[in-house]
Amino acid sequence: MAGALPVGEPAPEDGLLPDSAAAGATARAFGVYVHVPFCRVRCGYCDFNTYTADELRGARRTDYAGQAIEELEASARVLDASGVPARPAATVFFGGGTPTMLPADDLVAMLDAVRRAHGLAPDAEITTEANPDSVDAAYLERLREGGFTRVSFGMQSVVPHVLATLERTHDPANVPRVVRWAREAGLDVSLDLIYGTPGESLGDWERSLDAVIAESPDHVSAYALIVEAGTKLARQIRRGEVGEVSDDTQADMYELAEERLSAAGYAWYEVSNWATDAAHRSRHNLGYWRGDDWWGVGPGAHSHVGGVRWWNVKHPAAYAERISRRVSPAAGREVLDDNARETERVLLRSRIAEGIRVDSLAAAGREEVAGLIADELVDARAALAGELVLTVRGRLLADAVVRRITDA
Amino acid sequence: MSPRAVHPPTPAATDPARIRNFCIIAHIDHGKSTLADRMLQITGVVSDRDMRAQYLDRMDIERERGITIKSQAVRMPWEVDGDAYALNMIDTPGHVDFTYEVSRSLAACEGAILLVDAAQGIEAQTLANLYLALENDLTIIPVLNKIDLPAAEPDKYARELADLIGGSPDDVLRVSGKTGEGVEELLDRVVELMPAPVGDADAPARAMIFDSVYDAYRGVVTYIRMIDGRLSPRERIQMMSTKATHELLEIGVSAPEPKPSKGLGVGEVGYLITGVKDVRQSRVGDTVTTAAKAASDPLPGYTDPKPMVFSGLYPLDGSDYPELREALDKLKLSDAALVYEPETSVALGFGFRCGFLGLLHLEIISERLRREFGLDLIATAPSVVYEVTTEDGRNMEVTNPSEFPTGVKVAEVREPVVRAAILAPKDYVGTIMELCQSRRGNLLGMEYLGEDRVELRYSMPLGEIVFDFFDQLKSKTAGYASLDYEPMGDQAADLVKVDILLQGDQVDAFSAIVHRDKAYAYGTLMTGRLRELIPRQQFEVPIQAAIGARIIARENIRAIRKDVLAKCYGGDISRKRKLLEKQKEGKKRMKMVGRVEVPQEAFIAALSGETESSKK
Repeated sequence: MAGALPVGEPAPEDGLLPDSAAAGATARAFGVYVHVPFCRVRCGYCDFNTYTADELRGARRTDYAGQAIEELEASARVLDASGVPARPAATVFFGGGTPTMLPADDLVAMLDAVRRAHGLAPDAEITTEANPDSVDAAYLERLREGGFTRVSFGMQSVVPHVLATLERTHDPANVPRVVRWAREAGLDVSLDLIYGTPGESLGDWERSLDAVIAESPDHVSAYALIVEAGTKLARQIRRGEVGEVSDDTQADMYELAEERLSAAGYAWYEVSNWATDAAHRSRHNLGYWRGDDWWGVGPGAHSHVGGVRWWNVKHPAAYAERISRRVSPAAGREVLDDNARETERVLLRSRIAEGIRVDSLAAAGREEVAGLIADELVDARAALAGELVLTVRGRLLADAVVRRITDA
Repeated sequence: MSPRAVHPPTPAATDPARIRNFCIIAHIDHGKSTLADRMLQITGVVSDRDMRAQYLDRMDIERERGITIKSQAVRMPWEVDGDAYALNMIDTPGHVDFTYEVSRSLAACEGAILLVDAAQGIEAQTLANLYLALENDLTIIPVLNKIDLPAAEPDKYARELADLIGGSPDDVLRVSGKTGEGVEELLDRVVELMPAPVGDADAPARAMIFDSVYDAYRGVVTYIRMIDGRLSPRERIQMMSTKATHELLEIGVSAPEPKPSKGLGVGEVGYLITGVKDVRQSRVGDTVTTAAKAASDPLPGYTDPKPMVFSGLYPLDGSDYPELREALDKLKLSDAALVYEPETSVALGFGFRCGFLGLLHLEIISERLRREFGLDLIATAPSVVYEVTTEDGRNMEVTNPSEFPTGVKVAEVREPVVRAAILAPKDYVGTIMELCQSRRGNLLGMEYLGEDRVELRYSMPLGEIVFDFFDQLKSKTAGYASLDYEPMGDQAADLVKVDILLQGDQVDAFSAIVHRDKAYAYGTLMTGRLRELIPRQQFEVPIQAAIGARIIARENIRAIRKDVLAKCYGGDISRKRKLLEKQKEGKKRMKMVGRVEVPQEAFIAALSGETESSKK
């Protein structure tokens, strides 16, 4: 949920989707994303759509679950009225912000609303992001009882000076404890890392990787730090208060992550994601990359149904106002044409280990494949078998690869 | 004090004894235009109300930069002791690139006002033009301008002028074009000192063209000075160089707006219009006569304009190529010296190889293309004309490094040489000598002008001057030095072509013909610039400088290792797709050299040397 909202056309107040959205829906999985736009403090690098207590302009955290539930109920009505066949949610993902700023009962109540509105698939994957400092054993236990299957902890680093630069306030010593509680509760565990923070050495990064591997999570995400315009960190770098981070250093760190994680039994399945096996990949996130449908609930949340993308108003107060008027909280939308859908398909699918069928590419893209093999950007064996799958080097240059294969 | 003439002399019926033809020789920004304005005002030809600053400089570029590119002539009435005179002021271009035009303007005059800034003293170009004026036997009236300035040192510069042209410092008039002080006295002095024109009124008509201007509404307006005979409206006239005949649609004088007359007689200065649309049909220096009673001999001094400096002009956006062609075709109508032909560059696409009189001419043309035609251009490094002889005895003229013979042994290369005069405060002599020596200059002589200024004369290859010599000279002398140069033949030199290669592919736009001793310096300069300017690619890119097959300098652009957005989740997709579309748009503007994507800006910056200047 980074940065400003995209520019699109206005979204209708009734939220209804164009007819095109329904086509092929039964072949696409359906997921629900619930955004929880609250944090205790804002970290210096973060430009997510999240708000501290001071920034809420009258919106109240205690009212939030109720509002999200109203949007969830509306979502089923809108899809139905738009002719999109009903599908139980295969995945639900609570992200933020910090979802665990809300009481566990609120999260469970929202999940119940998903179940009521859309139904849940029997093996549904239900994830929440969590801050290692904001949960305890009871909290996690309550989530498990409510139907959650998975928790993703924002660990970022174990090195104090790196956490300090990121302005993360959690105590890294708490991580092993919360991981143990989650496991005891029966939840799958994912740990998130950030690398390439100003001042972070390759040795620092290695410590964090080792610490993650020592916890044996089912799933690891490792993100290169993006210095987003408008963040405190961007200002600090501009003023020279903290150093810049070179792409080369981040590339070294990525290669180290790939090396350590694969040695520890994790396999990459998306540029920034690794899992112990296929069953522990984040199916919700895979939905984004496979072009599936999802409804995003909450301020600034994005949705996608059959080539229609829309996004909600950003501020919780504006969101609350829309919900209270019983109109769609969507701020804008875009209806993708065939070209845009194809571009998205290629740019998203090229990020994942499942890859893209070479014969599904346009002729100009297919012609690039031999060159991509020669440049060691795509896996030669997979390409011979008809799949375009990135090598480690190719993953680091994924955007450049996409530019080459979409260059019509 | 002279009054404005009450009964001005009538064109076509003016006694040559009552005519004075003069020009003003001055350096850029020494106030020629302001003085001319004041004369127009004082003689009453332009009402005070219509007075527009620097009336005579019509083009915006000229007004902005305070320089005169195109000359005009104005007829002004003036009365001395009860007799009315016609004063024809011929405005000359003030820059070395236009020496030929200057010489024709001077040939139309009997006298010249030598105008010098009382705070700065005489400059090199003024000296050069003064020299031309004396060669044409013009009567010189020395004048110090801007005496109203606090920094003016009229006594000092009056002595300098008197030293230079003879006479007493007291003969040097002191005026202020800005306040008008001394201008009436100057007009009186013009009548008193300058000779009246002399010619044969009964001979076949002969008029010299000293300027030719394209006007979108009227076609070509030709400015002439009558030498012998007369020209009348509706006559058929003949251009003696081409024998082409035209009907005289209109003839008249500039006052300063065109004012048709019954003709022009001996010694008069005016304009004529025949309806031709191209200044090439009305060439500066040519002689106009009548078709019915043609003169047998043209006036002396006509030469074809000869381009000295060549550069490739390319549209930034390849689709602007037809517009560029159209624009050049239009500019050609008003600029007989501009030559061009289509050219293709691997790196820059389709463009034109253009020939110019000099660097300023190049700059003016590119500026006009930008401003008047809205074209964004890249200009390749200026080149001069080389005469190359190969060992198998072939001779060729090379105006573009890409034409330099490859694969055969070169027996000799000859390059144009100029006589350069540099004028500067004496403190800078050492610096200037160093610079000139580094540019293969040979000191011809050195002279003090007044107490603290020195004129240095060098012979120097023109190729060295066109390669940012003037900028260097200015920056090394805090802007004080002035430069003038004129052709003085050619010389054999040990010249080689240095190519720049990206990943083994030659980038034609960066090839240069340089002296062997400078080849390494040029090679390291360009490879260094390109390393800074070309973004990292997905593979390593060697940048090499080579003479033939021999590599003389090398830099490396390391391969880019990371180009991927770390996070791409639900809310990032629209933004990501739009970014990708934008990047693909950007990629279209990239020039491909082999597999290397080079942004257009890198070419421009490398050709203009922006990398070094931005580091200063």
